[in-house]
Amino acid sequence: MNIHEYQAKDILRAAGVPIPPGEIATTPEEAEAIAKKLGGLVVVKAQVHAGGRGKAGGVKLAKTPAEAKELASKILGMQIKGLTVEKVLVTTAADIATEAYVGIILDRATKKPVFMVSPAGGIDIEEVAATTPEKILKLPVDTRYGLQPYQASELGFFLFPDDVKKVRAASKIMAALYETFMKNGCSLAEINPLVVTPAGEVIALDAKMSIDDNELDRHPELSALRDETAEEPSEVDARNSNLTFIKLDGDVGCVVNGAGLAMATMDLVKYYGGEPANFLDIGGSSNPEKVVNALRIITADPSVKVILFNIFGGITRTDDVANGIVTATKANPLKIPIVIRLTGTNEEIAMKILTENGFSASSDMDDAVKKAVELAKGGKAA
Amino acid sequence: MSIFIDNSTKLIVQGITGRDGSFHTKQMIEYGTKVVGGVTPGKGGQKFEGSVPVFNTVHEAAKATGANTTVIYVPPNYAADAIMEAADAGIEFIVAITEGVPVLDMTRVYPFVKEKGARLLGPNCPGLITPGQSKVGIIPGRICMPGNIGVVSRSGTLTYEVVYQLTRAGMGQSTCVGIGGDPINGTNFIDCLEAFEKDPNTHAVAMMGEIGGTDEQEAAEFVAKHMKKPVVGFIAGQTAPPGRRMGHAGAIISGSAGTAAEKIESFEKAGIGVAKRPMDFVELLKARM
Repeated sequence: MNIHEYQAKDILRAAGVPIPPGEIATTPEEAEAIAKKLGGLVVVKAQVHAGGRGKAGGVKLAKTPAEAKELASKILGMQIKGLTVEKVLVTTAADIATEAYVGIILDRATKKPVFMVSPAGGIDIEEVAATTPEKILKLPVDTRYGLQPYQASELGFFLFPDDVKKVRAASKIMAALYETFMKNGCSLAEINPLVVTPAGEVIALDAKMSIDDNELDRHPELSALRDETAEEPSEVDARNSNLTFIKLDGDVGCVVNGAGLAMATMDLVKYYGGEPANFLDIGGSSNPEKVVNALRIITADPSVKVILFNIFGGITRTDDVANGIVTATKANPLKIPIVIRLTGTNEEIAMKILTENGFSASSDMDDAVKKAVELAKGGKAA
Repeated sequence: MSIFIDNSTKLIVQGITGRDGSFHTKQMIEYGTKVVGGVTPGKGGQKFEGSVPVFNTVHEAAKATGANTTVIYVPPNYAADAIMEAADAGIEFIVAITEGVPVLDMTRVYPFVKEKGARLLGPNCPGLITPGQSKVGIIPGRICMPGNIGVVSRSGTLTYEVVYQLTRAGMGQSTCVGIGGDPINGTNFIDCLEAFEKDPNTHAVAMMGEIGGTDEQEAAEFVAKHMKKPVVGFIAGQTAPPGRRMGHAGAIISGSAGTAAEKIESFEKAGIGVAKRPMDFVELLKARM
């Protein structure tokens, strides 16, 4: 789960990271009032879950409260990478002497959180890693012992080789960032840029945090930070129905059990010249209710031309899935064709249920996918 | 022969009285797995299904039964502790089925298990099966058949799909291992490939990877350098958008890294047969054996 910049900043500020003051506004008038309260130069920043906000025109400097109001009216409602800006952060502008990058990611290779720091801050760190890897220091941390002071200081010296005062300030920030990362179950926590002002202060100007979804049960306070307006409505609906769903641009709606098989099904749709409309995993436990919800979410998408079920019954009982299909379509008759592939646990019972209710089903994945792609293209099913 | 488990495997079940644990324990016993005990704190002294002794701790269970393997079905927030308890009790092989274990928990568990000298499979995995001998986890036994193909995969149902097709084509399996879909897990592709290469009963390997991370690329290098047996591979997620978690916590393209295309390319370079569809394994394996 991604959280917004202002939410990440609130958490980091509470952990002791120096961050210029700022508040959130949802209207131009609020932005004006905040700018007035802060005084001086302010930055108006779009709060969306997308990178490249600056390039898209979503981050602007305002000299007066009136200008802040005007800029906010332009930024609010703006589309950035398909997401509508609903909130802006109005924050005191800082003078910048130098910019650095500080981040922690959960690294799969070392199986540890890894600090990444670079004196080349303010820009895309992936680009720095690709073009000038020598400008990045990577430091894995053993979570059983935590970040040690010597490690924090090593990171600080990499950023400021000849200024021990800044190293001390940076080390404190590293320690606070690590503590925040661990305490909140993060998979990523990033300060970019970490700036040095002309007066020599080290402060964080932007922050990004992603929380491991598996930690949310332990952290109800973080679940509350989820901004559902920043997400695809069908994905919110799916999550609330305990389904893993990702909307895509195609027209073959896929309902599959298991993530690997779901991806392989989408790939096979593409292989036969079709385009998947979504990723959907109904999970391992077979509950007819899940099938009902899955069908509701998929048929709500007007671009879907055909529904494809691909169920390999292991723990999932295929008769439960068949019952779900029958229940859902009785309540809301389908307006588009459905192709069903079922095999595995209780396959015979499932086939009987489907046939009795006027559906046909196959036990072969390849045939089912081919048929679904043909139907989506408006052709006749073989 | 086989890898990791066979008919001498003595298994305990952590979370044996829970909903998933009890269901799958019955299935494992039915398949012929030697389930020698179970662990549920507070239910020590009871008998599961009238015959399997239940203990309060893994230490007690290990001491009383001589178990060498455990399978874990406890809820996600307790899984890390369950794995560490098993490793501390001297269990050699730990199979963690639980899905949804916080990744940071695994950063503590992984080095602990290593130091104890145990092998971990999972978490978030379907377990493994040596057809006709022993099954540990949730892979449906009836789709498998004894034979000479080693199967290793990051997925559950996709593995079933491929195994089912192998079985229908008369190609039995030595052992099928699901390593799981989490970003930090125990046994990886290379561990399994190494074991399959050494196992005289495995004649070829079917490997199913997916987007995210670099495990498949490293496995491909291993195949090129160290394997004489033929390997056929498949990568799921060619149509996955970047930056989205595709069900499995580890199935995510980060920036431009971990795509299906780069993994497939590494397979091709290593001489691994690339299955474009899950159905292509049978023909590709036949052509190489």
